[in-house]
Amino acid sequence: MHDPTDSNDDPARPSRRGALECMVWAGTGLVWTLGGGLPRAMGLERALAAEASPMPFSFLQISDSHVGFNKPANPDALGTLREAVEKIRTLPQKPSFIIHTGDISHLSKDREFDDADQILRETGVPLFFVPGEHDLLDDEQGRAYLSRYGKGARGAGWYSFDQSGVHFIGLVNVVDLKAGGLGNLGAEQLDWLERDVAGLSTSTPVVVFAHIPLWTVYPEWGWGTQDGARALALLKRFGSVTVLNGHIHQIIQKVEGNVAFHTARSTAFPQPAPGSAPSPGPMKVPAGDLRRHLGIASVTLVHGNAPLAVIDSPLAG
Amino acid sequence: MAASFALMNPRIRLWLGAAVAAQMLASTHASGAMAAEAVTIRIDNFTFGPDLVTVAPGTAVTWINGDDIPHTVVSQTKQFRSKTLDTDDRYTFTFDAPGEYPYFCSLHPHMTGKVVVKPPAG
Repeated sequence: MHDPTDSNDDPARPSRRGALECMVWAGTGLVWTLGGGLPRAMGLERALAAEASPMPFSFLQISDSHVGFNKPANPDALGTLREAVEKIRTLPQKPSFIIHTGDISHLSKDREFDDADQILRETGVPLFFVPGEHDLLDDEQGRAYLSRYGKGARGAGWYSFDQSGVHFIGLVNVVDLKAGGLGNLGAEQLDWLERDVAGLSTSTPVVVFAHIPLWTVYPEWGWGTQDGARALALLKRFGSVTVLNGHIHQIIQKVEGNVAFHTARSTAFPQPAPGSAPSPGPMKVPAGDLRRHLGIASVTLVHGNAPLAVIDSPLAG
Repeated sequence: MAASFALMNPRIRLWLGAAVAAQMLASTHASGAMAAEAVTIRIDNFTFGPDLVTVAPGTAVTWINGDDIPHTVVSQTKQFRSKTLDTDDRYTFTFDAPGEYPYFCSLHPHMTGKVVVKPPAG
């Protein structure tokens, strides 16, 4: 997507072409801004009704499967993950890959990871993972996760890759958490991030994904990342940054400058809106309503004539 | 630190239990006080309750997780660390040495608490 002769490395003096490329991506923000910052979710029917037009590239975000969870808020988290995968299989536009933003398992048990892997594999597309705090509960605090999902990753499991001109960065902010604090990236990971993006043109669209929100959603419940602002500062020069997170089991979106933030639903159980309950514990809803609170997000990147679009699809309703 | 580690390996737990009991007897004998009563701290709604307890040396403190989400009990000064506590799981640590023992949940670090160990007045 970039032209090596396009000297667009100075964000203060973007070339016309660079600016146009950024605008395509900044359009994402416009969609959300027009929504007043409120969750903008389309029903699955609408997503399913979309014609399988030639879209160059789309991927899907799935989060917080919590396989093994069997408490009243959802006695069958494995079953709802299976339903989510069924939904994915019926989407008219097959995603290029799936990003799982953590809490694959509930208690990091081998059986839970096995079950999750078996079901997720049925999507038939490549999967990329970052861990949630529930994935690092084995005795060796993350060894089980890394041995399954950490191939080619660094440190506690962070990595980056490029697809269709977009730079994807998977970060880990659930390790070495400090008492009284929030999510944590740590100096080693931030140093790596700085080096990772050093050679990229500012017109490169960047998608960052991590489990806990990188921005402060609600510190009283630990919904934020202590040094998230440092990571975002390293990405400030880019024209389009999309941040995808999980952890809070509900859709919250906001746009700040060139950065669009989005958190996905869980496929296991909902959590209350910030401050609306005594604790962030699983929210029990009437059984018939559960699937309206669970879901997946599909992200479509259309170069040239349309903005990036995030469509959150509930499992039902 | 004289605080004993609550090891999870069952093969050595018995041995350790005996050692702790002996230690408690010894300290009871030395101070002439009654054996410290066990103390329970509940974990409900992502909160340690009570989040501050003051106990006599030799007190066994037990945490019980009442939430639908797992938690841990981890010393901020690396003196004790529970395994992951799922619903209704419990963890016990015996505090022998006077001092302050701040702790937190390593999964939800906004959850903090403190055990203060000091000999009873008088």
